[in-house]
Amino acid sequence: MPDFDADKVSEIHQHLHSHLPSEPALRVKALETLLVDKGLVNPQTIDAWIEAYTEEIGPKRGARVVARAWCDPDFKKRLFEDAPAAIDELGYLGKATAHLKVVENTDKVHNLVVCTLCSCYPFSILGIAPAWYKAAAYRSRAVRDPRGVLAEFGVDIGDEVEIRVWDSTAELRYLVLPQRPAGTEDLNEDELAALVTRNSMIGTDRDLSKG
Amino acid sequence: MNSTDDDALRPLAAADGEPAFDEPWQAQVLAVADSLVQNGLFSAGAWSAALGAELKKADEEGAVDNQETYYRCALSALETLVAKNSEIDRKAMQGKRDDWEQAYLSTPHGQPVELPAE
Repeated sequence: MPDFDADKVSEIHQHLHSHLPSEPALRVKALETLLVDKGLVNPQTIDAWIEAYTEEIGPKRGARVVARAWCDPDFKKRLFEDAPAAIDELGYLGKATAHLKVVENTDKVHNLVVCTLCSCYPFSILGIAPAWYKAAAYRSRAVRDPRGVLAEFGVDIGDEVEIRVWDSTAELRYLVLPQRPAGTEDLNEDELAALVTRNSMIGTDRDLSKG
Repeated sequence: MNSTDDDALRPLAAADGEPAFDEPWQAQVLAVADSLVQNGLFSAGAWSAALGAELKKADEEGAVDNQETYYRCALSALETLVAKNSEIDRKAMQGKRDDWEQAYLSTPHGQPVELPAE
């Protein structure tokens, strides 16, 4: 058994190490330092990116695009013809949406988006992809068994509805335009945007009338 | 939970109910990767391919299917692409990592951790 002093030493040792960043944190710090020294990245750009993606850029942007499409048929038409240009009208254009295709849900069609290779995602309008989108389980099963995956999200798709699965790439990403819920004719664009969930724009949610 | 006594630490705000990142280093990995794509050091397609290869390898090795694994793969992909496309090699990465470790260990707690001037 260790004596009191050994315990104390061990405690101090642990205390010191608790302030040491984790191994990946040290590695990314090293990488960033080297890249900054070589002038390959700008530390201010990195800080601004992190702040934007943790505190500002998220699915509310996509929800705004959807609500506008529901309210404005001309905007919707432009969104299908050239999504990046239409999204730019709302001031949300980022490099990740430079090649974006919008796919529309109807009574007969449900769209589901995945990236089977890695995690390509329109992050400049939906924010950072949720953990499940990046998981191997989702990436491997969405194409093979979309109905099973949707059932796990609590979304039952009738047999009469065709499910279209879209595999994103770095060159082409997708945004699902969900159906406008019935009985929302009196709602304005802000109120409609509040109904749109992140998952509905990826396709793992369908009926937005449930609130 | 890993220690994140990092000068870049700030609250990880929730986006749609979930925090965007579990830990600051995860945000740093994506920020650096996206920044290098924008600067043209490598393409979005090269990033996707490198990340995909790391994820496939992790899956084959039976790694836990979670965010920690995902971001570790992203970090490895980033290191590979930087080594391939710049003058920064693995040795320099390891050396700088060790410098930071030493700086953390030798800085009294509460004081800013800085690398000694070269």
